[in-house]
Amino acid sequence: MAVTAQDGVVVPSVKPVRTPKKMGRFNRWDTPWFNYKLIGGLIIIALILLLGFLGRIFWNPKLALTGSSPQDLPPVGLTTSLGNVGTWEHPLGTEDSGRDMLALLIIGAPNSFLVGVIAATIGMSVGIFLGFSAGFIGGAWDNVIRLLSDVTITIPALLVLIVIQSLLRGVEVTTMALLISLFAWPSPTRLIRSQVLTMRESGYIQMAKLSGTSTFSIMFREILPNLIPYLFASFIGNATGAILAAVGLETLGLGPQRIPTLGGTIYYAINASALLSNMWWWWGFPTLLLALMFIGLLLINLGFDEIANPRLRRSAQ
Amino acid sequence: MSELLLEIRNATKLYTQRAAGGVSREVVALQNFNLNIPKSPASIITIAGESGSGKTTLAQVVLGFTRLSSGQIIYDGQDISTADAQQMKAYRRQVQAVFQDPFGVYNPFYRVEHVFNAIIHNFQLARGNAAKAALIEDSLKIVGLHSEDVLRKYPHQLSGGQRQRIMMARAYMIKPKLIVADEPVSMVDASLRASILDVMMRLKEEGISFLYITHDLSTAYQIGDQICILYQGSIAERGRTVNVIDRPHHPYVQLLVDSVPAPNPKMKWKGEITLPPEEEMRSSIHSGCRFYPRCPKHMDRCLIAQPPLYQVDTVDHEAACYLYAEDAIPTDVPQSVSV
Amino acid sequence: MTNADIHSDAHAPILKVRNLCVYYETPKGDVLAVDGIDFDLYEGETLGLVGESGSGKSTAAMGILQLVVQPGRIAAGEVILEDRNLIGLSENELRNIRWIKLALIPQGAMNSLNPTMTVGAQIKDVIVAHEGRQLRGDLKARILEMLSTVGLPGRVYELYPHELSGGMKQRVCIAMAIALNPRVIIADESTSALDVVVQRVVAQTLLKVKQMLGVSMIMIGHDMGLMAQMADRVAVMYAGKIVEIAPVAELFADPKHPYSQILIESVPSLQERKPLKIMEGITHDPRNPPPGCIFQLRCPFVMGQCRVDPPPMRASKTGHLVACHLYEVSEDGELVNVRVAARDT
Repeated sequence: MAVTAQDGVVVPSVKPVRTPKKMGRFNRWDTPWFNYKLIGGLIIIALILLLGFLGRIFWNPKLALTGSSPQDLPPVGLTTSLGNVGTWEHPLGTEDSGRDMLALLIIGAPNSFLVGVIAATIGMSVGIFLGFSAGFIGGAWDNVIRLLSDVTITIPALLVLIVIQSLLRGVEVTTMALLISLFAWPSPTRLIRSQVLTMRESGYIQMAKLSGTSTFSIMFREILPNLIPYLFASFIGNATGAILAAVGLETLGLGPQRIPTLGGTIYYAINASALLSNMWWWWGFPTLLLALMFIGLLLINLGFDEIANPRLRRSAQ
Repeated sequence: MSELLLEIRNATKLYTQRAAGGVSREVVALQNFNLNIPKSPASIITIAGESGSGKTTLAQVVLGFTRLSSGQIIYDGQDISTADAQQMKAYRRQVQAVFQDPFGVYNPFYRVEHVFNAIIHNFQLARGNAAKAALIEDSLKIVGLHSEDVLRKYPHQLSGGQRQRIMMARAYMIKPKLIVADEPVSMVDASLRASILDVMMRLKEEGISFLYITHDLSTAYQIGDQICILYQGSIAERGRTVNVIDRPHHPYVQLLVDSVPAPNPKMKWKGEITLPPEEEMRSSIHSGCRFYPRCPKHMDRCLIAQPPLYQVDTVDHEAACYLYAEDAIPTDVPQSVSV
Repeated sequence: MTNADIHSDAHAPILKVRNLCVYYETPKGDVLAVDGIDFDLYEGETLGLVGESGSGKSTAAMGILQLVVQPGRIAAGEVILEDRNLIGLSENELRNIRWIKLALIPQGAMNSLNPTMTVGAQIKDVIVAHEGRQLRGDLKARILEMLSTVGLPGRVYELYPHELSGGMKQRVCIAMAIALNPRVIIADESTSALDVVVQRVVAQTLLKVKQMLGVSMIMIGHDMGLMAQMADRVAVMYAGKIVEIAPVAELFADPKHPYSQILIESVPSLQERKPLKIMEGITHDPRNPPPGCIFQLRCPFVMGQCRVDPPPMRASKTGHLVACHLYEVSEDGELVNVRVAARDT
């Protein structure tokens, strides 16, 4: 009846090899939070923020004022056709109003971030309030919110913002952030609403009702904590979108006039035909910094996606 | 001062189902259901039925999560559908639940102790940390667990059996009079089921009645005192569990008892049965007996009106079947539901 | 099938599993999901594979069909189907064996039907994928015949899965499994999510199909009642090992292994009310099984030897196998309980 049988006893064949515990592809560092994309993105953003905050201490911010530096200097080590020589006093060069590039970057970078953070925070707060109430209360209130958010999402935000800001002729950073946040709330609202609708039917919510928990408590103590990963991802996405909108507006010359911004610098560069006069450092460095900023935010977003959705995770090879 | 803890009178629940193509259809989930649960002695009342029988609907209405289309659920003289917040809170103190899915009932964000904190806080069961801890330990002891083993863990770190027992402890903590247990063991591994059923019997000895809702007749037979078998929203047969299962009278119940696979190779299923086409079973005749298409003993009379419960056998054993009409007195005449 | 039939040489095993080991890699060591199981499947019989959750029965089915995916792997063993070892075959060669010779009805099959295709189209897919393109008319006739074999009306051919009830969907899965006339079918928990009456219909369909087509079947489940109705022989698994294999009547009447005894005793029945028998689940860490017998931590009869030597599988001449130090084979081929024998002398 079996391969080898002696006296009715079945003798098993050779024992298989087990992977020794020390070896193997896994080690303590295999937690999903050590995601390369997330860490990379965080490092980039951290560096940019450091540039902005420490830069103010170590580099003279007054060099960002017009007329504070010699004009049209190239970055250090280079010489333009007109005979201007770059110096270490202005390592990234200057532009034609006598502003130092490095100082412009140092002042401008945090401003762009600020816009993104303010707009995303406002959008998220409105989204939490509306999304929760729509999902939980339902009925007519839900219908109204759904209608509003669906309509707002279809409005071309940039177009409207261009019109508004060109009418206002000169805005502050905070005003611009507020205007952008007018269009930033539908997305978190829809996200939170759909999550609340799903979670509302789950067993632990029924248990909470049986335990006499009030509706308010259910929303904030039971549902909200489980929404945190979604809120975080939505926040990053929102912030990215807001910064993009802000930069777009600034590049068109509609941004804040009185303080240096990255987009604004590019606007002046284009206006002064820097492309033609080959002053590449004028528009080049702000563009580079903006690109890095977006790459960083994108990596954070992708990294979070991978953490939240295990199927996207690559196993440690 | 009534002797009854809960009185369910003519409970009916209808759902409107919109099928593809916009055609609406009314589905009868529960029809003229009557049940009286006495305050004492504590007993385990089984509500048995297959999917679509209405047993889950019954759980939902008794717990106050859904409103009845007609009929009343009366607790302490008050219909719970018209109860205000205060009365509902008092109701929840007396009627608690344990659900089917041992995982979904835990909020994955919190440790297991969270389920106790909410109920202690809302019903002021204990003051101060020491009293709280003692209360929790007491409740866990009765289900065979220790605080230090389970409280600080997350739900996914415990087995299904442990999670379900903790839910029992939570329900017990408030010392309710009735626990609605909706399929408490069906999602728990077979080897761990006995421990949970054992907890239910122990809680019964502490004076807590159970409304045990299940599709598994074998466990019902082992622990149920009374049984009520539902078929497509109506009671087919009811009485003492041992009587109903040993001597089933309603053709559906006979088929059911016959179809439970006996763990004895010498007792094989006799005969082959076939199921009629699906549509006939669900949206069958709306007046008359719902079991008609499948009944091997159906008569013309069965198509006219739904049979009331007739007494068969002993005094509390009833079956809703015209087969027993001749020599019996109807104990309970349902009003017809217009659909 | 009587015990004598099982042993006559006319019925050779159609499937032989030897020392199958399926391990899962985890950061803390390998989980020994299936750790050296041996059994034979004879032609035309139904072998039941029972065990609690975590016993490794579904993993064993995956191992036999070579469907184990990372982080699991087949660490050792042979699966011999008609004198051919399936382990080590290439994907191409396996494709010619899966479904055609060896079919699987996986757990939760009825929920895995493609919701966007009609039943007929899905069965057609299965056939075409393994046999190549077919004549349309012939194919439809063949599928309709299959549907009637499992007791479904012909119009199911045009229906989508969501239009069918649970029992009907499960029978569609059975039809898909028999589509190519395999020699062996492995059915993993085929009736667990169904109502009692529907379960009976599906189980009886499975039996009928088996008899009509002469298929051999491995039925995996945890419902002992169902095993009593459906199986010819039953293998009991605990924590990755088979502890007992016996003809079904013998297993229920006289379970030898202490685990089988607990299992049989704890099955609730409708025949009598008995006190509840409380069991624990698998108590040891599956990564670190105790040396010696796998059941020692729960065994009421554990002896010193059990903690040191893993018990070999001992066979009686009636085809009853048990892996337990309590039993020895006597001269006339019977399994004798050494404790009882010692007590009686």
